[in-house]
Amino acid sequence: MSAAIAQRPEREPGYNFAYLDEGTKRMIRRAILKAIAVPGYQVPFASREMPMPYGWGTGGVQVTAAILGRSDVLKVIDQGADDTTNAVSIRRFFARTSGVATTTRTAEATIIQTRHRIPETPLSEGQVLVYQVPIPEPLRFLEPRETETRQLHALAEYGAMHVKLYEDISRHGHIATTYAYPVEVAGRYVMDPSPTPKFDNPKMDDCPALQLFGAGRERRIYAVPPYTRVRSLDFEDHPFRVQEFTQPCALCGASGHYLDEVVTDDSGGRMFICSDTDICETRVAEAAR
Amino acid sequence: MLAPGLADPVHDAQGTFRAVMDVLARPGQVRALTPGLAAGLAPPEPLTPELAAVALTLTDADTPVWLDAALAAVPAVAAYLRFHTGAPLTDDPARAAFALIRDPARCPPLSRFAPGTPAYPDTSTTLVLALDTLIPGTGLRLSGPGIRGEARMALAPLPETFATQLAANRADFPLGVDLILSAPGRVAGLPRSTVVTEA
Repeated sequence: MSAAIAQRPEREPGYNFAYLDEGTKRMIRRAILKAIAVPGYQVPFASREMPMPYGWGTGGVQVTAAILGRSDVLKVIDQGADDTTNAVSIRRFFARTSGVATTTRTAEATIIQTRHRIPETPLSEGQVLVYQVPIPEPLRFLEPRETETRQLHALAEYGAMHVKLYEDISRHGHIATTYAYPVEVAGRYVMDPSPTPKFDNPKMDDCPALQLFGAGRERRIYAVPPYTRVRSLDFEDHPFRVQEFTQPCALCGASGHYLDEVVTDDSGGRMFICSDTDICETRVAEAAR
Repeated sequence: MLAPGLADPVHDAQGTFRAVMDVLARPGQVRALTPGLAAGLAPPEPLTPELAAVALTLTDADTPVWLDAALAAVPAVAAYLRFHTGAPLTDDPARAAFALIRDPARCPPLSRFAPGTPAYPDTSTTLVLALDTLIPGTGLRLSGPGIRGEARMALAPLPETFATQLAANRADFPLGVDLILSAPGRVAGLPRSTVVTEA
């Protein structure tokens, strides 16, 4: 795919701007404002049926639809890639229902909707990162009752989460949680950063961009304001560490990026390439010049 | 005749919301409302165009609205808001989702508004104040989420005890009210997460 084309498509008639009706947008906007005021707290909202199944990013789509304006430039990624099914279909959805410009370049975008990655290119103050979240409650697999997890958050009672991480250590010798790694936001709420690899957790801390999280099926919106402390839970003797890769990207040669393993044949051949297609393509193009 | 609402309901509301979202996410910063929006709105006095823009953007039948004495004294204000938003008006600040404050010097104590509940702190009141002075870079010292280091903002007119009230509001975190501050043509925000100290 060709990178960096901020094309402004024709908006299809028959839909309100960005698909949602204005009453729904108001309801989502109110939830977003409260989410920003209480960083990391999950605000319930009246999630709508969207023209895509739950699990395909309906929460992120509703958040994006509520904040999107005519002058925005939208980028959508799925596991770091601009060109996979989920990213392509959501980008096309907004192009058709709102007519806003879309891009694959991280630096050009004002709104970036993401499924499970944070771009490698550092985000800036003018940007909003919208996460698609499947299960917003970090305590859900420890305590299935919503009434109970609400109480645990109200009391800031997060002992069970530390026990889970400790059990990881006792079983595996290290904290084996590699994605959806729990974080503490602004010293208060423990939050699920959505199933991003823990590699991306440090990028959430003190980030200049506003981060919004939408869970459509679970009907929750939460937020991390810019320049907010986001601390990955850990222990003094088992500090938080991100994944390390032993080799650079096979395409662009970058090290320090999150890599995907790609099987290349049926005899065990494989290569590791950047999960972030935008930065990888940019680096390959620069090297070719 | 009833004064008109937003000229372009979809995009005027979006622009107003984005300005409000930005300033609540970045306390201490000031954003202009969409150029021409405030000028185009001519709500009945003493409702300001900025208060009207925020009310028309965020309130509807799901959000009880409380009006301060200055606004409640003019029936045309209630009629304007009822017609354009459909929001129910309430006399009880503790039941209000939004409170519109035209006379901030006589703003009731923040503790009289809904602080939310421990399980649902999002059910607190959002106050929208019409100030005369809203100057970044001087005045109250702000720190907390959304602020790189420290920010400052000068606000007037406000009750003398306001900084103390804001400190008490912050002390109850995650409970507490959130403030949208407006002045002619522009807005700023003070969410409950912000630590406020007097200069």
